[in-house]
Amino acid sequence: MTPPAGDIAIVAFAQSDHRRRTDDVSEVEMLMPVLHEVLERTGLKAGDVGFTCSGSSDYLAGRAFSFTMALDGVGAWPPISESHVEMDGAWALYEAWVKLLTGEADTALVYAYGKSSAGEVRDVLTRQLDPYYLAPLWPDSVSLAALQAQALIDAGETDGPALAAIAARSRSSAAENNPHAQLTGVRPHGDHLVHPLRTGDCPPVGDGAAAVVLAAGRRARELCDRPAWIRGIDHRIEAHGLGVRDLTDSPSTRLAAQRAGAFERPADTAELHAPFTSQEVVLRKALRLDDTVRVNPSGGALAANPVMAAGLIRLGEAAAAIHRGTSDRALAHATSGPCLQQNLVAVLEGEPRAA
Amino acid sequence: MTSPPAPQTLRAPLVVEFPFTRSLGPVQSAFLTGLRERTVLGVRTTAGTVLVPPVEYDPVTAEGIRDLVEVAPTGTVTTWAWNPAPRRGQPLDRPFAWVLVRLDGADTSLLHALDAPGGPGAVRTGMRVRIRWAPDRAGAITDIACFEPYDGEESRQPRPHTGRFTDPVTGIVAPARLDYTYTPGRAQSAHLDALADRRIVGERCPSCHKVYVPPRGACPTCGVATTERVEVGPRGTVTTFCIVNIKAKNLDIEVPYVYAHIALDGADLALHGRIGGIPYDQVRMGLRVEPVWTGEGRHPDHYRPTGEPDADYDTYKELL
Ligand SMILES: [Zn+2]
Repeated sequence: MTPPAGDIAIVAFAQSDHRRRTDDVSEVEMLMPVLHEVLERTGLKAGDVGFTCSGSSDYLAGRAFSFTMALDGVGAWPPISESHVEMDGAWALYEAWVKLLTGEADTALVYAYGKSSAGEVRDVLTRQLDPYYLAPLWPDSVSLAALQAQALIDAGETDGPALAAIAARSRSSAAENNPHAQLTGVRPHGDHLVHPLRTGDCPPVGDGAAAVVLAAGRRARELCDRPAWIRGIDHRIEAHGLGVRDLTDSPSTRLAAQRAGAFERPADTAELHAPFTSQEVVLRKALRLDDTVRVNPSGGALAANPVMAAGLIRLGEAAAAIHRGTSDRALAHATSGPCLQQNLVAVLEGEPRAA
Repeated sequence: MTSPPAPQTLRAPLVVEFPFTRSLGPVQSAFLTGLRERTVLGVRTTAGTVLVPPVEYDPVTAEGIRDLVEVAPTGTVTTWAWNPAPRRGQPLDRPFAWVLVRLDGADTSLLHALDAPGGPGAVRTGMRVRIRWAPDRAGAITDIACFEPYDGEESRQPRPHTGRFTDPVTGIVAPARLDYTYTPGRAQSAHLDALADRRIVGERCPSCHKVYVPPRGACPTCGVATTERVEVGPRGTVTTFCIVNIKAKNLDIEVPYVYAHIALDGADLALHGRIGGIPYDQVRMGLRVEPVWTGEGRHPDHYRPTGEPDADYDTYKELL
């Protein structure tokens, strides 16, 4: 029987400590403790899980089919039901959610990892661009984000001090709340990396991994005291031509949020995947967040940005806030591609707590 | 008191290079051929908007579009970013501005570089610029070398264009190179360190007790870390093989030769290696072999027969 939408929950979340380099471990060695931790939280064994889905990128590793090595960490012995997205793990979570909706599985393990330290991530990410008009120019990820930041400044939607405040708030929150974060606490906003973005406006480059467990209906209640029910989840994409888009807005985020039910009632917490300070400005507008909403209490991607896992971590952090009882209704957002090209929004809720 | 030095992390450069070869659709072909001829083409959507650079499908309606128009080589900066440290492959090797430029006659913007010798203070949104053509043009976005400041007014309206040129460009080759530093991690480092001493070391799974070689740090059956180091071999058994008849580039081995799966004694997984010291047509399943190390190589150069009797099929059938 197909469970109704909204009857599927994130029941556990784990993540690695995020570090600038992890030369001492391979991808699977970095990932395995996270997989074991997330399974331990539910009491599940890898073999009990109905569906496994992962997100990662061969271009970060510099090797074809690199995800198959990481699969060793889940005991991927046939007849495992397994899939992979060459994207942020948030999209693997979406695939797992769809799988649970079909009723073919009632639990799912979703994980994602990235070791940016193996290469130059600014160069690596140019290879995801349109190969005809963009990739031959090698415009790096910071430069593209800087074009978006300048467009916002020109439109009067932000300025240098406002961006610096976003950076400071994020990293201070991480220092208070996030022992896994890579970049925490108050620090100088730094020189221009690519004007108008300063080093403080940009995410740290680092390695890390994350995993969540999803469960449907009664299984979710068995595995978690306070499941984070996924009330809605949707993802949308912008035109790939940067010059076709209004870089100061994110209509795809707005549409995904609307389809996910984000605007039906206010949320108390939002975990936004904004690797650059300027992108938080765009997302706050698209998601209609005001100052009553706690934005990125984890510190967000400005505190830890393991590429391919940072979006899944937003879903995991939002769910963990519900598990802990510090949130009743949380928005989680994940992005992929240059200048917020692709966006995923999920609405998570906990049930009313006993007094 | 001093702690023992940490084992040195192995690392090696890893370069990934590929000539990404792609065919072009009719609109992209016309646009890139046009650049070769110093002509900038856009495409008009059914709503009347002119897209430069042009695409084959309307980004709003997804309709196929191919109503080409010519726009001016001059335009207006719609946003910019100052890049003080150009990276490999970028259009200019001195500090420059990335710009989105709306060419005169177009409704959308093209990404490229702006050569601005005056520095970031000389760049602003709304400034007028023009194309600086590359001296050698081949039908690629890099036929535009960059933009440069220009003080003329916006003037031209788009003009219809057939998109037809002699000798049209029908494909592009986009060379890509990415540089990595490969670090093999804990288990593989231990394996590689042992190879330097001409020993072959695997790791045993604490759960199913299988010995993996080369170890990757995890048991793929049990999903747990493999930790107990086990020396295997040096002798082993050929479990299966193939005869290679094609000479590989830059490889100094006479064909035909035999490539085999070899179950080293004590290992629960066959690794692969070349078989030498025996005519290719006499290699067989069950043949007992041992490694031959030559020169400075970290790996055995090949495996040769030990002269022992062949192994019984039952001793290696689980490892096929
Ligand atoms: Zn095992």
